[in-house]
Amino acid sequence: MARTALSRPNPLSRGNLRALLYLSPWLAGFAIFFVYPLVSTVYFSFQRYDLFTLEPVGLLNWEYFFKDQAAWTAIRNTLWLVVVMVPLRVLFGLGVAQLVTRLKAGAGVYRTIFYLPALVPLVAGTLGFVFLLNPGTGPVQAILSAVGLPAPDWFGDPAWSKWGLTLLGLWSVGDLMVIFMAALLDVPKQLYEAAAIDGANGWRQFTSITLPVIRPVLMFALVTGVIQTLQYFTQAEVAARVASGATDSAGSVFTPGYPDQSTLTFPQWLFQQGFRDYAMGYACVLALMLFAVAMVFTLILLRQFRGLGEEDV
Amino acid sequence: MTRRSVLLWVARHALAIALALMFLGPLVFIALTALMSDRQALTSDLWPHTWNWGNFTEIFEKAPLLTWIRNTLLYSVLATAFMLVSSIPVAYALARFRFPGRRTAMLLVITMMMLPPQVVAVPIYLIWARFHLTGTLWPLILPMLLGDAFSIFLLRQFLVTIPREYSDAAKVDGCGEFRTLVRVILPMARPAIAAVALFQFFYCWNDYYGPLLYAGTDLDNWTLSLGLAAFRSVHRVQWNLTMAATLLAMAPVIIVFFFAQKVFIEGVKLTGVK
Repeated sequence: MARTALSRPNPLSRGNLRALLYLSPWLAGFAIFFVYPLVSTVYFSFQRYDLFTLEPVGLLNWEYFFKDQAAWTAIRNTLWLVVVMVPLRVLFGLGVAQLVTRLKAGAGVYRTIFYLPALVPLVAGTLGFVFLLNPGTGPVQAILSAVGLPAPDWFGDPAWSKWGLTLLGLWSVGDLMVIFMAALLDVPKQLYEAAAIDGANGWRQFTSITLPVIRPVLMFALVTGVIQTLQYFTQAEVAARVASGATDSAGSVFTPGYPDQSTLTFPQWLFQQGFRDYAMGYACVLALMLFAVAMVFTLILLRQFRGLGEEDV
Repeated sequence: MTRRSVLLWVARHALAIALALMFLGPLVFIALTALMSDRQALTSDLWPHTWNWGNFTEIFEKAPLLTWIRNTLLYSVLATAFMLVSSIPVAYALARFRFPGRRTAMLLVITMMMLPPQVVAVPIYLIWARFHLTGTLWPLILPMLLGDAFSIFLLRQFLVTIPREYSDAAKVDGCGEFRTLVRVILPMARPAIAAVALFQFFYCWNDYYGPLLYAGTDLDNWTLSLGLAAFRSVHRVQWNLTMAATLLAMAPVIIVFFFAQKVFIEGVKLTGVK
């Protein structure tokens, strides 16, 4: 059917129905796993619910949030990771990518080695790091002492535990490195040649050519990094569990955050409230807070995808 | 080569080797500890005095590892298969069809991809509780029948790069839309499909949060990640056995990566902005 400027688009045209058919799995998923739970979360945030009794409590859950010391500790810890770990990962990833793209021999081998830790299962990687940094059994301690540096009790010391998690984050920087390598190789060579003729040295070339060209990719890495860190759960949970030696068999209690709530992140506190203490109404308040913050960064990300869907199809 | 460029070459390679040691160090250390004796694993020794290969059989006696591996495989394989069946048509429609709201749909896919899973956890948990499926892994597998936002996004980013002429030519030859997708587009999209399949498989293989929420307290329903996190405390074993189990969980990922490295790297590139 030829569509002219004058013909009115028919919402029930064959083409639209066909699109609807192809999209139907996702549309159902969107309704069941996104729209319904969001609306439902708002509803539960005004209830007290422990899986058995449901009781409307008005604003009680919301008021409790402002008095909940642990929630604010969790917010501070999560912010720490967002402010320290995310930029460090981006800087390190960029540095490693820059190095690998400059290597003439062996670049492929190095890329493989540097990417590998990014694939290691989170639980396995965390276990390895806790052991590696564990004083008495791990070699890091011995190496630091040998060169006369203070050797902290990483996952056992509240002042160092988040740095331990940061090291783990830097180790698995491979996915960022791959994205940055692709961006760096896309920078037009002529720009560097022209700059070299003008006498610009390495650092000048980096700040006045490389950085401006790859800026969108850096922004993308930062924003997705922030959103991922807002969900930071597994590494903190496993590190605390292993370092504290807590058991998780039936009947015993695991409290996240060891040592001294220093690794308690916001999603962990939400999980604790909702699924260990069964304060599901209150967990929904925490969920909506998390949603609000994540949406701010998602909107920034969506702006980066402005051009999406305008490709010629 | 000038003196300066030789020095630069040396400096770069020295740095690269140092970094390689740092990236590989933890893996090597885990492997070496996995082979130590109980007693030696408690010291700061780097090199095993005796090579205790028996550690790798002992871990199977200490914990129901085979059950956990079976559960993890079931979760990973089914979730990946379901994801592919449901996500490919969606990605194709978003990449190729013209329809009102196409852009909005795409932006919603990205929003869903970025949504922290904890935000909607309570109501979704209650849905599965109503169907008496909590305490199993099905709440993690069944939703994959309704598409996965990350996979849809990644597939769509690849499918838009396939020139339209190919599908047009197929249609001239009398292929319907569905047959064009299956016969022409899917074979061309093989690298992207391989990438999302591998990403999904390993996401499930590595997943800790999902099984923690749904698998319950019965060890028989646990996955490898859950078992591994509790391995040391529940089974009261030493670090050497814990590291042996850790190595076991890593091994499939590392082996597959070496065979399918290109697929991973190209896939990661697709996740970035253009």
